Amino acid sequence: MAQRALTALALLTLATPAFAEGTLNALVWCDHTDPALIAPFEEKYGVKVNLKEYEGTAAGLAILDQSQPGDWDVMVIDAVDVGRAVEAGRLAEIPADALPTADFFPELVMAGNNTVDGKTYAVTEKFGYNTISFDKTKVDPADMEDMAALTSGKYDGKIGIYDYYLPVLGLVALGQGIATADINAKTLPKLAEPLMALRKASRQVSDVVSSQTALATGEVDIIVGGGEWLTAVLAQDNTNLDWTIPKQGGLRWAQSIGVVAGTTQPDLALRFVQYIVSPEGQAALAQSSCYWGMPANAKAADLLSDEAKAVLRWDQQPDYLARTQLYPIPDAATDTAMQDMWTTMLNQ
Amino acid sequence: MTLHRAETRLGWGLVAPALIWTVAFFVLPFLAMVALSFAHMEGREIVAGFDFGNYVRVFTDWSQFNALLNSIEITVTVTVISVVLAWPLAAIIAWRVPPRWQRLALLLAVLPFWTSYVVRSYSWLLVLGKNGVVNQALLGVGLIAEPLELASTRSATVIGFVHFFVMLLTLTIYANLIQLSPNYARAAQDLGAGRWATFRHVILPLTLPGVVTGAFLTFVLCIGDYITPQILGGNAELTLPQLIMLQMGRSGNFPMASALSVVLMAVVTLAYAGCSRWLRLDRL
Repeated sequence: MAQRALTALALLTLATPAFAEGTLNALVWCDHTDPALIAPFEEKYGVKVNLKEYEGTAAGLAILDQSQPGDWDVMVIDAVDVGRAVEAGRLAEIPADALPTADFFPELVMAGNNTVDGKTYAVTEKFGYNTISFDKTKVDPADMEDMAALTSGKYDGKIGIYDYYLPVLGLVALGQGIATADINAKTLPKLAEPLMALRKASRQVSDVVSSQTALATGEVDIIVGGGEWLTAVLAQDNTNLDWTIPKQGGLRWAQSIGVVAGTTQPDLALRFVQYIVSPEGQAALAQSSCYWGMPANAKAADLLSDEAKAVLRWDQQPDYLARTQLYPIPDAATDTAMQDMWTTMLNQ
Repeated sequence: MTLHRAETRLGWGLVAPALIWTVAFFVLPFLAMVALSFAHMEGREIVAGFDFGNYVRVFTDWSQFNALLNSIEITVTVTVISVVLAWPLAAIIAWRVPPRWQRLALLLAVLPFWTSYVVRSYSWLLVLGKNGVVNQALLGVGLIAEPLELASTRSATVIGFVHFFVMLLTLTIYANLIQLSPNYARAAQDLGAGRWATFRHVILPLTLPGVVTGAFLTFVLCIGDYITPQILGGNAELTLPQLIMLQMGRSGNFPMASALSVVLMAVVTLAYAGCSRWLRLDRL
């Protein structure tokens, strides 16, 4: 009994956000922490947005599992994981007519992901690609069109790997001719050898900032799992940095935002969601200081400069959307196995 | 008798805030963490219980156990190198620098503490990079033909740690040295001891409390550090704090993270037991 009580205490302390009058509590990714994005909403509604960053849907859901209803108001989540969050009862329904999805890129409405049983639970806010970023003065750009070049020996020690198991394992799967939707307990073992080969050829496995630093300083010449989100913030200072989608394809990441079930301020939470997917919010989110990415709302184009659109490769999106696949959506057991494989790779 | 009771009450009254604080923010959370370490995951759910599975996994799963070994190896290396570098530095400040300049020397010694830990680590990443100062200097003087791979290695992690902890150890050893009367060395030499024998049998043993206190603090801070290996190590290998962060931040496996944290605390406790004989926190 005492042990259960202590366990409950531990879980409670892990999850409780800071409470304050006029505060919206948001579970977000680092791009939402940019004051340029959040300050206009705070000023308009006279509230403080309490932001808590998390990484990985499992961690986000664990935080919600261990919170009290009402602790959190909104949540940013991988678009492919919205169904998982709905199944766990963590997202509240949003009135579909309150969202400007008619202005979205059609592929980014993602109704199959954001709606369950005809009810809308989240809305796509930003997307981009996990592919290959590189310094075009240090590597042959033609080589970057084929993932096989990464483990050919030519670029040994010049490769960095983005430290996120889902996109990188997805890329490895594409390199093996396995669609991301087909990654499961049966196909996962086929990824171990190519993943370890990639690790052997690589110099480092690093987070967003370290990956950017490594590419910018020439520590590595290639980042596997990179994309415009990695190179865009560096593009102004270093025009040699480039990214491409190899012939095997790339991964498309898409993040959604939804209202957390049990919020005590659903109206304010919805207004925050509406702000984020408005052209103003979308333009700021697209150019967030943490990482850039394409806005889901195409009307953000009116508020983005030509330079910003060039960096985001606005005009190439139809081709990119056609050649990329969504993140894997593993079940709990496969997810654990993927993370174990990743940990083994890190400690190789 | 009444006076004694009043003093006792006053004593408890003075101790109570610290006691309550410690119980509320250390003892209870620690017990909660221990309790959580015996829970387990079923799918994505945490299930309370009394299960040793997490601990078994720490010592039987190579990727987990290797992280523990990496942490211990790095920490021992950092502690030894820091002591070897800090002792002579502290001795120079205590014995060679004129007293009026010693404060300035100590101030310079602790300057690295004034900068952000994260910024300092990223700075080292730039210094040790392929195009960093170190490689450029070595290439410039012709000592190397190709840049050395210094960043994103264990060496980079050790260098980042040593830079920080040499300063800490210098302070604790200096505090010890400054209290030593020069008469000890004179007496030893009067009795026929050479310089080395004087150092080996008189000075060094007398400075052990300062050395061990600083070394223990270095051990504790180093083995529990996440930032430096994460930034400078480039995930070339995992340390225990990195593994704990992976379990918490990515897997949401708080029971496993708790078990790893308990193991980390056990290692620190063993280190404390090993050097408690010489530990003198009043030297700080």
